[in-house]
Amino acid sequence: MLSLRHKDIVCQQAVELVTDYLEGALSRRDRRRFEAHLRACPNCTAYVEQIRITILLAGAIDAEDLTPKAREELRDLYRGWRRE
Amino acid sequence: MAGNYAVNGRPEGAGFLLRWRPTLRAVDADVEMLALLRDGDEEAFVSLVSRYQQPMLRLARSFVPSQAVAEEAVQDTWLGMVRGIERFEGRSSFKTWLFRILVNRARSAGTREHPAAPTEPLHAVDPARFNDQGQWADPVDRWIEESEQRLDAAAWSPVLKAALEDLPPRQRQVVLLRDVEGLSNEEACAVLGISVGNQRVLLHRGRSQLREILESKMGKR
Ligand SMILES: [Zn+2]
Repeated sequence: MLSLRHKDIVCQQAVELVTDYLEGALSRRDRRRFEAHLRACPNCTAYVEQIRITILLAGAIDAEDLTPKAREELRDLYRGWRRE
Repeated sequence: MAGNYAVNGRPEGAGFLLRWRPTLRAVDADVEMLALLRDGDEEAFVSLVSRYQQPMLRLARSFVPSQAVAEEAVQDTWLGMVRGIERFEGRSSFKTWLFRILVNRARSAGTREHPAAPTEPLHAVDPARFNDQGQWADPVDRWIEESEQRLDAAAWSPVLKAALEDLPPRQRQVVLLRDVEGLSNEEACAVLGISVGNQRVLLHRGRSQLREILESKMGKR
């Protein structure tokens, strides 16, 4: 993604590195720079936290249950398939 | 690593996640179900379908132009599963195997046209949010300090679902598999047939957009 030529990174670069960071895909050097930036920057720390919460909320999307009617139809379907 | 992020990386003090996604823990249950299913157990079939029907419909919908076609692809997948259950060797997780069947069916059923490929923003965050030095122009909100009610996962579910539907299909596919279904990056790549690097780019854009939509609904800004 971004290559970090300079020693320090700025916020606008940091936000582009968040996924690589969470995926463990940054080089050791870039990870150190990223983490150093986070330690010094409450805004980017809050941003990473927002991304983590986004992921958690996505993982908590509720699964709707099937209606009893849908279940009955499934049983019929399954029986039909097994007979074929 | 990030594949397990949703399990291991729960932020400290985050008491907000009131409902945890059951499918993350459903792997062992699947193995039992499969044994029953091989014996033709009806209830095992119904139980598997109720667990995966919605996730599969959501994923199928990102490949095909209508809900009806998505439903057909999903039903086709169930039939394929019933017929192919003897061939499932357990080298991948059942979920990965199932989603792969689905993606194959959905692709051949749909080959969704992309007349004007949706414009995918190249920036994780709107450049206007930064000053000339590339620093945040305004403070970033700390969501976690907000009231627990505001971050009640169940309450945010409809917002997330709507936001997911707004993502470009390829981003949506990756976010669904990784963040909603909790697949590892290898599994998601296997299901979609894409490279790890490509997957990461799509995930980055998708997550960034979801965050932005959540932010817009969090009240301020
Ligand atoms: Zn920063």
